[in-house]
Amino acid sequence: MLNSTQGLASTVTLIEPSSGWLGLNLGEVWARRELLYFLTWREVKVRYKQTLLGASWALLQPLFTMVIFSLFFGRLAKMPSDGVPYPVFAFTALVPWIFFSNGLTQSSNSLINNSQLITKIYFPRLLVPTAAVLGGLIDFVLAFGLLLLMILWYGVGIHPNIIWTPLFVLLAFVSSLGAGLWLSALNVEYRDVRHTVPFLVQMWMFATPIAYPSSLLHEPWHTLYALNPMVGVVEGFRWAILGSKTRPDSLLLVSSAISITWLVTGALFFRRTEKRFADLI
Amino acid sequence: MDDTVIRVEKLGKQYLVGAEAPAYQTFRETISSLLYAPVKAARSALSRRTTEEGKEQTFWALHNLSFEIKRGDVVGVIGSNGAGKSTLLKILSRVTEPSCGFAEIHGRVGSLLEVGTGFHPELSGRENIFLNGAILGMSQSEVRRQFDEIIAFAEVEKFLDMPVKRYSSGMYMRLAFSVAAHLEPDLLLVDEVLAVGDVSFQRKCLAKLKTITADSERTVLFVSHDMQAVQSLCKHALHLEHGSLVDSGEARSVIGRYLTKISSTGNYRKWDGDEPGNHEVRLKAIEVSSEPGSDGICLSSRDLTVTMVFDAMVLRQGLCIGFDILTPEGVTVLRSYQTDLAEDHCPILVEGTNSWQCTIPAGLLNAGEYYVSPKLSIHNQYWIVNDDPVIRFEVVTNRAVSSNRSLRPGILNPVLPWESVA
Repeated sequence: MLNSTQGLASTVTLIEPSSGWLGLNLGEVWARRELLYFLTWREVKVRYKQTLLGASWALLQPLFTMVIFSLFFGRLAKMPSDGVPYPVFAFTALVPWIFFSNGLTQSSNSLINNSQLITKIYFPRLLVPTAAVLGGLIDFVLAFGLLLLMILWYGVGIHPNIIWTPLFVLLAFVSSLGAGLWLSALNVEYRDVRHTVPFLVQMWMFATPIAYPSSLLHEPWHTLYALNPMVGVVEGFRWAILGSKTRPDSLLLVSSAISITWLVTGALFFRRTEKRFADLI
Repeated sequence: MDDTVIRVEKLGKQYLVGAEAPAYQTFRETISSLLYAPVKAARSALSRRTTEEGKEQTFWALHNLSFEIKRGDVVGVIGSNGAGKSTLLKILSRVTEPSCGFAEIHGRVGSLLEVGTGFHPELSGRENIFLNGAILGMSQSEVRRQFDEIIAFAEVEKFLDMPVKRYSSGMYMRLAFSVAAHLEPDLLLVDEVLAVGDVSFQRKCLAKLKTITADSERTVLFVSHDMQAVQSLCKHALHLEHGSLVDSGEARSVIGRYLTKISSTGNYRKWDGDEPGNHEVRLKAIEVSSEPGSDGICLSSRDLTVTMVFDAMVLRQGLCIGFDILTPEGVTVLRSYQTDLAEDHCPILVEGTNSWQCTIPAGLLNAGEYYVSPKLSIHNQYWIVNDDPVIRFEVVTNRAVSSNRSLRPGILNPVLPWESVA
């Protein structure tokens, strides 16, 4: 058990062995929010350093995926796309998906990549994977701008529901961090995670209605499908931005419940294994 | 008001060692060890070696450690490699958890376990100052307030906006130390940070640490192999050995007793199985003598030789092989590296066993007792071996140097040239 509040000369820190499940100690995380800001800022700053194309990578990644999807799924397979042009249909899903998947990849490797910090100095470890996911927000904003341009270009028109997008971004963030907390903590002990993540992300993408509409699935599978929280995020995005059909309420409910469960259990698991990070990493 | 800053009681830290516990596991290993566990249990039950094997698997880096430190005290922690010094600092800085016992710390803790923790090579000096400050626990306003002082101390004004990967290693070290030195904690934990870098840098850091410690409100715990630094900085010292406290008290006397203890090892040390070093180079033996069979008694009239035998697994660039000579009071008399010589005069490093010899000219050292500690490093980057003294020798004067010199004061006693220039 570790109790401390920083900054006061009269504070007492008690250092002793802990056991079992620990509280999340969010107060300490809050006290070090400036460090969270700097870690996130470092993530953003460093991401495209010494690359030729710099931040345009944030746009190229979804753009190329969109082009490939449009060719293979749109043109060749004639995939239905909820009545909007296929490129817009795919890109609307790819923007939150890439935020999620990059966040997941970065956060699951974040502890290993920061092993130097972990073994040399104390701070709330939760900040590391959190900053890794937050770092993707800038990329997301850039890609989102491109999405809006594309919608105008195709003459689809932006739906007023777009004001709800921040909620779906939050949902994507919670899902990404929830999974990232589990995987980053596991990665410290089992380096298998490092090799599993790229594969996992790929499978996950096909389990998410990015290249195809979720309407291909029928009930009850359709709602069960939302056990993958990214289903809720992607369908939410399409509803908010393209105004496609009705609000996917049941999907959103299931997806939110699942992602919040991940986040809470992930954080608890992370805190439980945290004390061994410095010894194992 | 109670002025105890650190109270440590029965503190212990147990590590798993050996093939049973690799640094990290893969699922395959976990699964296979699960599968083999019953087999292994059966086998050990049959051969009745359970206890023996069980003992080998764990190791106490710290064991039953208790002490108290008062406010404003500057305490050195000494002991040979693996004594548990760094583990102690890691526990006190909360990087790792103890296995048993507890420590109680009053006030804000700043730890300096490594210089440049969290520095990112791609970021500029300016950016790294803020990042590193935040990592060390300084608020942004604190960093801003001290910014000018930090760069002035580091002497990097002109390169502030250059990525630190383009810095020379000296500049990098100065900047990193400077940020950390401007932390203002109630308790500062310092681990061997002065060990790298050139002498002028070390002197500067030491001076800075002295001004920090001069403020009687600040408590410092200082781990070092540099007896002289401990001597000059610390009022008190703790001597750890094999994870336990073996001696404590006034710094001077603790160091004295520590060095005396080492002296029983004589003028020759050979390692067998536990050679200090890393995957690049391992020290096999070190010896000082003036003639064969001299047993550590060296005549001042003869050249002294320090022989170092080491294995080089790879031909590493910038490898420095050398040693310090110290007095029993912990004062460093000199440090020598093979790299002090011009490159074409250096002994040539070969893969496998190298045996190098350094000659200390006759008459340089005054009569007295000396200690030698091996120093192996990669130039300006990191230490490979930075041990405490491992061997000792004694210089006795004999009349042969000069017929009319009796015992002189001073550590050195060279014969210097004199001439009339009028």
